[in-house]
Amino acid sequence: MISVRDITHRYDKQVVLDEVGLTLPVGQLTSIVGANGAGKSTLLSVISRLIKPERGTVFIDDLDVQTAGADAISRRLAVLRQDNRITARLSVVDLVRFGRFPYSKGRLTPEDHVVVDEALDYLDLQPLRDRYLDQLSGGQRQRAYIAMILAQDTDYILLDEPLNNLDMKHSSSMMTLLRRAADDLGKTIVLVLHDINFASCFSDHIVAMRDGKVVVQGTPAEIMQRETLREVFDMDIHVQDLNGMRLGIFWTTGAPVGPLPLAGQPETDGSPGQAQDEQAAEFAWRA
Amino acid sequence: MRAVHVWIAAGVLLVGSYLSLGIGAASSVGVADLFPPTADEWHILATSRIPRLMAILMAGASLSVAGLIMQRITANRFVSPSTSGTVEAAVLGILIATMLFSSTSLVVKMLIAIVTAIAGTMVFLQMLQRIQHREGIVVALVGLMYGGVLAAITTFVAYQRDMVQYLDIWTTGSFSGILEGRYEPLYIVLLVGVIGYLFADRFTVIGMGESFATNLGLNYQRILYIGLVVVSVMAAVVVVVVGAIPFLGLIVPNVVTLLLGDNVKKVLPLTALAGAGFVLACDVVGRTAIYPYELPVATIAGGIGGVVFIWLIMRSAKGASV
Amino acid sequence: MTFLQARRDRTTRVAAALEHASPEERRRRTRIRVILAVLGLLCVVAVVAYLTYDVRGSWDYAMDLRTRQVGSLVVVGAAVGASSLVFQTIAGSRILTPSVMGFDALYLLVQTIIVFFFGSATFLMMGVAERFLINAGALVLFGMLLFRWLFGRNSRNLLVLVLVGIVIGSLFNSLTSLASRVLSPNDFLTLQDVMFATFNTVDGDLLWIVGAVCVVGLLALVPLLRYLDVVDLGYDSAIALGLPYHRVVTLTLAVVTLLVAVSTALVGPMLFLGLIVANLARQVVPSHRHTDLVLGSVLVGILATVAGQFVVGHLMDNGTTLSVVVNLVGGIYFILLLMRTVRL
Repeated sequence: MISVRDITHRYDKQVVLDEVGLTLPVGQLTSIVGANGAGKSTLLSVISRLIKPERGTVFIDDLDVQTAGADAISRRLAVLRQDNRITARLSVVDLVRFGRFPYSKGRLTPEDHVVVDEALDYLDLQPLRDRYLDQLSGGQRQRAYIAMILAQDTDYILLDEPLNNLDMKHSSSMMTLLRRAADDLGKTIVLVLHDINFASCFSDHIVAMRDGKVVVQGTPAEIMQRETLREVFDMDIHVQDLNGMRLGIFWTTGAPVGPLPLAGQPETDGSPGQAQDEQAAEFAWRA
Repeated sequence: MRAVHVWIAAGVLLVGSYLSLGIGAASSVGVADLFPPTADEWHILATSRIPRLMAILMAGASLSVAGLIMQRITANRFVSPSTSGTVEAAVLGILIATMLFSSTSLVVKMLIAIVTAIAGTMVFLQMLQRIQHREGIVVALVGLMYGGVLAAITTFVAYQRDMVQYLDIWTTGSFSGILEGRYEPLYIVLLVGVIGYLFADRFTVIGMGESFATNLGLNYQRILYIGLVVVSVMAAVVVVVVGAIPFLGLIVPNVVTLLLGDNVKKVLPLTALAGAGFVLACDVVGRTAIYPYELPVATIAGGIGGVVFIWLIMRSAKGASV
Repeated sequence: MTFLQARRDRTTRVAAALEHASPEERRRRTRIRVILAVLGLLCVVAVVAYLTYDVRGSWDYAMDLRTRQVGSLVVVGAAVGASSLVFQTIAGSRILTPSVMGFDALYLLVQTIIVFFFGSATFLMMGVAERFLINAGALVLFGMLLFRWLFGRNSRNLLVLVLVGIVIGSLFNSLTSLASRVLSPNDFLTLQDVMFATFNTVDGDLLWIVGAVCVVGLLALVPLLRYLDVVDLGYDSAIALGLPYHRVVTLTLAVVTLLVAVSTALVGPMLFLGLIVANLARQVVPSHRHTDLVLGSVLVGILATVAGQFVVGHLMDNGTTLSVVVNLVGGIYFILLLMRTVRL
């Protein structure tokens, strides 16, 4: 169990985390959502001890992340940040082997090699194992990083915006993969996500943040409500139920009230002008 | 408001200049003797002190203005003749001239120095186009290293011909050798300065990029070359007559624009005055600090300039990280 | 007993690594070994060539002089190669080496201070060893302070600090030229003498001391190498993998400071040597492991200094100095690197 107790953190004088307290459930996939600057990534960094908070503690099971030994934590908790600037000439298998560093400090035992092979198999990376990272596509590289994380063989996995720079197809398969890891391998996975619909469709639990505080948390069904989303994002987001999936329609600010066209059917009032507005709105949102 | 600044600055400079005439190796001529000078005193003034003063004023003004123009053209605050290879290329040109024609007149040296300065600066501008990371700091680093490479080539050549000690004359600017008959080519910078002033606004526009300039109906290449020639001529002439004065063209325009904003037409006259005043002050310090010996102006300007440059870098780094 | 155990562990590890390596991977390992072997061979050839080329007059005299010269070249090449490579890893940038970060400027400052305060008489009367000790001691001290200051900051500002370092270097030049007029001519000559790298006259005893210090430094680096592989992944990943990041960085910097300080104190500053050597090594040795990279960098360093001095000293008959050539080539290389740099 990850428990966050009373974390406060500031950059310069700006409060980014304001007395955050949180308990994250074991064996589930949890998404942290919120606008830019809400403190999501900072919270993840604090949990994974990349940032030492001004105040408060984080416990992984019975270990305080700030005081427990570095490798004790890294055998329980794996982290993947957004920008992985690797300058060295690494092949996929080299990278995945680094996942065993917490155990063997760079001197791999026969068992380590077995785990590395398993991780490569799990992510279908065997055909790519000798490719250098700079020869891979964005999606493949992301998969290689996930393989390293899996080779680290931890109960807890934290990922900061794992869908960053991935196109729709790769985003979708990445989320499927993480879901599978939670279900098959019993991992506790915590993600920072920007897209509420990915969070809604793939998570067991959603934590919504705003201005350095946890505004609300709960199951996707509990969070994906028009009032709740307005409170979190300061946007009027219409929520649509599609075969049990709750989808937020956030491309327009004034949400269309009433049923939207079902999947597969052509949009009835999709005039070109409106489509352009929607595009503009989406760009504005992404920016 | 700005006009007032210019007049005040001009007035201060005028008084300072006049008083500086009272300083020199011949101690018989002091400040008190200037009101009015006798015939003998006038001789000293006319052959040595007035030429020196004129050289100081023109060198200070032109290097500062050259820096200002370069900063506008490249839209980069850390570019100047001494941080983009212009000065080093001019020194290389002088060395080549001295080697090719053993007894060269000042004019021939100057022409060759102008040509190499233009070529050297052009290479830098080409590099600037190809730089991946066009932030001020990287550009300044590239410029400094490029100047260093040119200087290394110069040293390399001079080492072979046993001419290293001559290099010092041009790399370390000093006004101690200025006499009547040995500085007059400097007046060229006045002419070139006028051209620079007329084109000032256009330099700002092309600094915003080729497409932006073309969109406003300007011939980008032509104005770029005019700027290049103006800057190179100014720098080369000063190097030939006086020698290099490090960081001058970098710090003076920066400090002036920090105080008074970015409009070139308005800032240019004040930059010229400030540059002249700064060099005059450095020279007076150099002449009086270990009197009767002299410190070259480049040493003092280099020391002060280096400190100011570091301050500017730190300042911009702080601004960038916020 | 424990030794046997360790050997057995190592054997199983090697066997497992072999078993789990793909043919492609094995091919790559072999290639790296071949490259390192060739580099080593070239070093031997360069050293032998340097010693025996065109000996005129007394063989014994030439051997004695040349052995000392080649010894100092080897020591400096190895120290600069190893320290620059690991420094790059720690700084997370290929354009930063200790010299570029202001270590050479520091050397000049220390020299100027010593001459200024003690005067050249004291400076020259000191034995070679004492002078070296003062130099190296001051450099280690100031170096630790400098690097602490550098790495205590946000790494984004590293380029700013490089620029500041270069400007400070030119400030020192102004100061030196000032000193040339304030100091007595003798003092200034002494100062000028130590400001340029020279391999021609190296004291034999001193060379032994420096050689020993460098060997100790290189050996101290060995256990750190596999941790440096992880440092190369970046701060976040290294912490996530449980690396004691600050301890590794501090220890490495201590060794780097020691190596750079003694080699600079031995022959004087060579601004771009490390930059060329380390980057060349990274290009020649296609590996991410620091055991390979550092060994490669040491060999390239030795090759560069010995072969370079061979060309300058023997073939060009001292028509120029090695440091001028290094600065020329290194300057151009540095510009190219800077121009390609996308990220700070």
